[in-house]
Amino acid sequence: MNVDSRGRLILSVLVALILTVLPLPPWLDVVRPAFLVLTVLYWSVNAPRAGGLAIGFFAGLLLDVFQGPVLGEHALALSLVTYIAVREHQRIRSKPAIQQALIVFAALILYEVVLFMIDGWTGHPVTSPLRWVHTVTGALIWPPAAAILSYGAGHRV
Amino acid sequence: MAAFGTGAGRPLGGRGGSAGFRFTLYALLSVIVMYLDQRAHYLERVRYVLQAAAYPLELAVNSPPTAWRWLRESMQTRESLEAENARLRANARDLELRAMRYDALARENGELRGLREAVPPVADRWLPAEIVDIQLSSLRQRLLLNRGVANGVFRGQAVLDDKGLIGQTTHVGPWSAEVILITDPEHAVPVRVERTGLRTIAVGAGDTASLALPYLPGNADIKSGDLLVSSGLGGVFPEGYPVARVTEVHRDAVQPLAQVRAEPLAHVDTDSEVMLVWFRAGHPAAPAPAAGASGELKGGNPAMQPQATAPKSRAAPQAAPQATPPAPPAPGGEPSRPLPTQATAASAPPTDSPPAAAAVPEQGQP
Repeated sequence: MNVDSRGRLILSVLVALILTVLPLPPWLDVVRPAFLVLTVLYWSVNAPRAGGLAIGFFAGLLLDVFQGPVLGEHALALSLVTYIAVREHQRIRSKPAIQQALIVFAALILYEVVLFMIDGWTGHPVTSPLRWVHTVTGALIWPPAAAILSYGAGHRV
Repeated sequence: MAAFGTGAGRPLGGRGGSAGFRFTLYALLSVIVMYLDQRAHYLERVRYVLQAAAYPLELAVNSPPTAWRWLRESMQTRESLEAENARLRANARDLELRAMRYDALARENGELRGLREAVPPVADRWLPAEIVDIQLSSLRQRLLLNRGVANGVFRGQAVLDDKGLIGQTTHVGPWSAEVILITDPEHAVPVRVERTGLRTIAVGAGDTASLALPYLPGNADIKSGDLLVSSGLGGVFPEGYPVARVTEVHRDAVQPLAQVRAEPLAHVDTDSEVMLVWFRAGHPAAPAPAAGASGELKGGNPAMQPQATAPKSRAAPQAAPQATPPAPPAPGGEPSRPLPTQATAASAPPTDSPPAAAAVPEQGQP
């Protein structure tokens, strides 16, 4: 909860954004986890006061600039997920890694449902089942991702 | 970004209500932004600025592939460069011969049609652009080019490579432009079957190797191997540029419509450079004025239109006023001929397709 922690937060969000927009071959693109959502979730659960909702909203808005069909789409989805994570951060934090991964899975599904609905409303319907694949890989990658993000943090906030 | 710190000093106990309030605030903000962006198009300026701000990051993200390409090019041996040089020389001679023939044909065509002089090529100016970023998922097929408003690029501009049509620009930033590919599931391009003159619409299928032609009746005269060229309707693409080749025609007695697939001629996944093209307004082959097409779409709710045509209807009115002044010189002052850079020579050898063929006689114009 200091300058150091905030610097790491912004750095990790930037790295996650780069990983999210990095051009990949199509088959790899399908299984690419939503790194930005995972990172924002990690910070909302482990340092809810450092970023809070603002980080969810602005990270989502950044993602919209890169790949959103409509500005504000990812911002809304990510704000919602961040809000839930911030509100329940104490309960989520105390769970073992496996259960955390399940909660993250649910959060990713919720995130994708919001995107799916907005896509539909704004006239960009993409009904391919492939769009749901990343929720599974995201949940699978959560334990190592959380371990990497917490590496070097001597204290838990 | 000052909002990062707002919660830092507060006790945790009071955060439940405050977080809920702030969430409502952010959600409302998102919805308003979405509404403005989608329905009212008030956010063009904001998008312009955001796109400019995001450009350095996009460049950085794409620097490893660029560095790799540069490394590979600079490691090429002398022999392979010489071989390539010889091949390009032969290619250039071939094209020049064709261009000679083209001039004669154009004059003859003009005489046959009773025109006083031959019609100049429809492409007025073209500008090579490098592909900075590429998204080829089944949901979105987009390119980011390193040319923007500074080079005179406008929204709804046609993008070609040396084989055929690639797409059109959707969002134009100061130094970058986003291109929607013809294979994007949200894109549709009006085409004509070259053999029969049959007009239809080719819709992207979310796959770089295929387009769908969903609006052909079961008894339509079309067969595998037919060449599809742009029909000039819709106000974006000029008439007669190659688009795709039909690969699969499936007729079912039960279905009223034939299921036709075509393979785009442009190879976006291997290109590193594409061409932005300005067309001569008022030319017989130039994109038809978009007034009629956009007028009928403008009245309704864009979301209720057949989804495939929506991007075009938005892009077309932008394109028309920009294209009207004949041959506007680009503010950026870029040369209209393809730059003889090493990248051009190494990665995009010109072939005998119409864009390249149209390019050569341009130099011979008085």
